[in-house]
Amino acid sequence: MAAVVLAPSSFSDGTEAIALVVLLTEFAMMRASLSRSQVRLYSFQSLAVSALAVFVAATQHVGDLYVLAGLSFVLKVVVVPRIVLRLLRDSRVDLATSHRLGVATMVLLAIVVAAFGFFVVGGLPVHSPSLPAPALGLAGAVILVSFLLVILRSDVVSQAVGFFSLENGVSLASLVLAAGLPLIVEVAFLFDLLVAVVVFGVLIRVHHGRSQTLSTDALDRLRG
Amino acid sequence: MGWDPIAILVVPFAVGVACWWAPVNLGKALTLASGVLTFVLAVLLVPARITTALSGWLRVDALSVVFLVAAAFLYAATAVFAIGYVHPSGDPSSAARYSRRFFAGLNLFAWAMAMATVVNGIALLWVAIEVTTVVSALLVAIDDTDGATEAAWKYVLIASMGLGVALLATVVMYYAGSTVFGNSYELFYPKLLSGAAHFPPEVVRLAFVLAVLGYGTKMGLVPVHTWLPDAHSEAPTPVSAMMSGALLAVSFYAILRFYQVTAGAIGPAFPREVLLGFGVASVGLAALYLASQRDLKRLFAYSSVEHMGVLAIGMSFSAPIAVVGVLLHVLAHAAAKSTAFFGAGSVARRFGSTDVSLIRGGVGALPVSGPMLVLAVLGLSAMPPFGIFRSEFLIVSGALTDPHEAVAAVLVVGVTLAMLGLSWFTSRTMLSRTAESTPRGEPSAWIVASMAIGLGALTILGVHPPGQLSDLLTRAASELGARR
Repeated sequence: MAAVVLAPSSFSDGTEAIALVVLLTEFAMMRASLSRSQVRLYSFQSLAVSALAVFVAATQHVGDLYVLAGLSFVLKVVVVPRIVLRLLRDSRVDLATSHRLGVATMVLLAIVVAAFGFFVVGGLPVHSPSLPAPALGLAGAVILVSFLLVILRSDVVSQAVGFFSLENGVSLASLVLAAGLPLIVEVAFLFDLLVAVVVFGVLIRVHHGRSQTLSTDALDRLRG
Repeated sequence: MGWDPIAILVVPFAVGVACWWAPVNLGKALTLASGVLTFVLAVLLVPARITTALSGWLRVDALSVVFLVAAAFLYAATAVFAIGYVHPSGDPSSAARYSRRFFAGLNLFAWAMAMATVVNGIALLWVAIEVTTVVSALLVAIDDTDGATEAAWKYVLIASMGLGVALLATVVMYYAGSTVFGNSYELFYPKLLSGAAHFPPEVVRLAFVLAVLGYGTKMGLVPVHTWLPDAHSEAPTPVSAMMSGALLAVSFYAILRFYQVTAGAIGPAFPREVLLGFGVASVGLAALYLASQRDLKRLFAYSSVEHMGVLAIGMSFSAPIAVVGVLLHVLAHAAAKSTAFFGAGSVARRFGSTDVSLIRGGVGALPVSGPMLVLAVLGLSAMPPFGIFRSEFLIVSGALTDPHEAVAAVLVVGVTLAMLGLSWFTSRTMLSRTAESTPRGEPSAWIVASMAIGLGALTILGVHPPGQLSDLLTRAASELGARR
């Protein structure tokens, strides 16, 4: 049918490959045992998203996306991981992340959630000739797994990284769905992310200063 | 009039930056001046039809003005309150640093909320609301207690995840538009509305649900409200007042912008059903939670969840009178809830706590702000002659003409349950006998003044809203598709 008439283009192949890398990195974050490696994985994931921006810019001829790819590389691959790694160096405690379930259980759950996201989002009636539907499903899977990361990990660094990778998932979706999004809007999104990172950093520092730990187990006073 | 929205963006920002360096008293004076000026600028926009500025990036229509007036009113009233309320203890230099940071944050918070109402397009709207999150999260954490740290962390994490979903909604809506406008276009409201009728229905539906889920997290709709009671109870009271009265409303404004486009694309039936579900859950659960609170500020926080539910339910009725009621409710809730929080601040200054079991005889100990707090709670419970009575009356009568009797019954029962919870705790804490040992008298004339302002506005909205305001609400309702 449509797929037969339009032979699979290099565009959709490339997009799907990179989207798959992003999802696999998300899984690696899920099972990473050190906060540091989690942050490095985030950096790698952002690199993949920036590469996708370059790829879409080249194949779809959207010049603005080169600028976006450059900015996203500087901010998400270099600046944000550096800020978080410096926070980790300063705090010097429990570099190992903590989690509520065993690693195997978490990864199994993540697979279930990712499959759910992939098929539900991939099955949406979102069609256009240039749009690779599997890549959109992969973006949905990344977003759902990032939620799982925030829910199942119980330390502030993992939760913050979970939020940052949620943003990567949304970036992925926006590259697939809305490559033509005006540059000024994209830049505003990125700038907002940077501000959010600074606020997360401040709060992680405050939390560590009060409780001498990065675990969220102490954050259970407010209920009801 | 194009200068007016620009001034609204420049003044609070400049004052916020100035407060960071200026001496504390100058910062307080500047904050008050900026609050009053912003409110005047917002009121000047009431009679205008549509104001645009900065080559279309700013656009103020009747719907924006309703929310802008609510935010600016909160800004001005909170500025008055904060001058009397903020008295950090400790050595003078750290106290001065606390005050400088606090007033800088307060102004920037107000600036971000005003920005959300005047920018044009769902993308910039998202940016502005994200800015409100980061500024207010720092303000929640500013007291540096265990509770404040915990509340700030939960708030920033949950609200940011929610806004991540809202960003996805924006992207999906952009995709819906790109099927009509081509790959590259600006997400301005008139542009989206002009093409909405040709957007693919399934995609618009997805975008709307994501938007309600995402912005609903910030608005405090059940079941994504979980950060709200913590943040409202642990934040400094002026911040709680602004969050409850304006921040939640601004998030509702974002949902309404998606509602407009969705209604233009697939008709209003689907978005109404979605809002009805979230609204009923919010009113019902909040009414039950209200009965089991032990902290005055937490009590008012759950009351906010209830009122946000009322807004969502109100939008699910097709009668134009209900939509007018919803918009009036935004203004009335801002006035009533800020007065209640200001009263809680007065109580906290007098009794050193907002724990319900530690407060006795509030009216005796606080001769002016005590009775005003009781009146504010009556106002929140939709008693005449206050504004919330009028707005909820409009909403319920809209439901009865619709006809949606079952939903109207649920709404009335929920609101009544909420009133029981609110009045039970208020009568226990405020109307009981005052212990001999409790000092009497008002902690600050500024607090009394701020409460008088809030209560005055609430009464005016209830007794006789100014003609221009009624006209504004009718125009805003027709922008939302409600036509007689």
